[in-house]
Amino acid sequence: MSAQADTGAWPNATMIARGGGGPEPVEIVVAYGFWIFLLSDIIMFSALFATYAVLSGETAGGPSGRDLFDLRNAAIETLCLLFSSYACGLGVLAVRRRRMDGFYLSFALAFALGATFVALEVAEFAGMIARGAGPSRSAFLSAYFSLVGLHGAHVTAGLLWLAFTVAQIAVKGPRDFVLRRLHCFSLFWHALDIIWVALLTLVYLMGAR
Amino acid sequence: MEEHSEQHASSTDQAPGVGEDEPSGSFATYTAGLAFALLLTGASFMVSQTDLLWAPGVPAGLVVLAIAQMGVHLVFFLHIGTGPDKTNEVLALAFGLLIVTLVVGGSLWIMANLNANMMPAAAIMEMQR
Repeated sequence: MSAQADTGAWPNATMIARGGGGPEPVEIVVAYGFWIFLLSDIIMFSALFATYAVLSGETAGGPSGRDLFDLRNAAIETLCLLFSSYACGLGVLAVRRRRMDGFYLSFALAFALGATFVALEVAEFAGMIARGAGPSRSAFLSAYFSLVGLHGAHVTAGLLWLAFTVAQIAVKGPRDFVLRRLHCFSLFWHALDIIWVALLTLVYLMGAR
Repeated sequence: MEEHSEQHASSTDQAPGVGEDEPSGSFATYTAGLAFALLLTGASFMVSQTDLLWAPGVPAGLVVLAIAQMGVHLVFFLHIGTGPDKTNEVLALAFGLLIVTLVVGGSLWIMANLNANMMPAAAIMEMQR
């Protein structure tokens, strides 16, 4: 370090980015690794999106998207996820400034909105299955339940992760390694929103027309 | 050493993503992102539910709005930007997009080709008699 300083070759931002300044801080390495995971998750979703796009017309004489989808429900689900994401972002800002009340409030809100989303989706699925439009009815419905169900499973897992991380902060305090986990969670929560945007457009908005 | 780091403090401490508030954005960033996202979602619902767009152009309009909203989420919520510390993340994103395009575009292309070129099942049964 001092040798570098003596020659005046102090690493600037560009050198750090290109690996010229030694190892990156742990936060950046962890966030980058988690970003790679998120991209691989999105690639997995893309296979299901492709399946749905191919099969969306194959209703086998059963109900189509136009008969089944309720856009008002989809709009409420969208708002739940969007505001949950916003609350999560504000919560991360609050905990970085050690405003713990704001942090707990934001994350309670994020959890409540995420849970509302899951409840609405479960009710929607139950209603469709009760009408005889379960995943075994047609190829279209199989693809629909796999795609939307996988997103719902991600949100459910995210809710568990959220509760776990907040509990860790409550017990261990806002220490660096807990904050790194919280940061990864917030990336996950925002990425689920991106997948929901694609899902809303392809499945609900295009399907209900 | 002490002197030196002070002298260069402006060039090292200001690295984007390494500073105090930068990695998670600010209140204004999130609020702007939320406003843009709400606007684009509203526009998507409007395009799909009204005759605002020429009917055959609606799917294209919805796709454009969805891509715009994904961009908003990436920039305002996930803080993917053009800073030098984001180069790796942007490159990984570009590679991910390439794979997604290949998977989705390739599947649709192949299946459309098969649909257009294969005989209906009834005709195959007829031939097999």
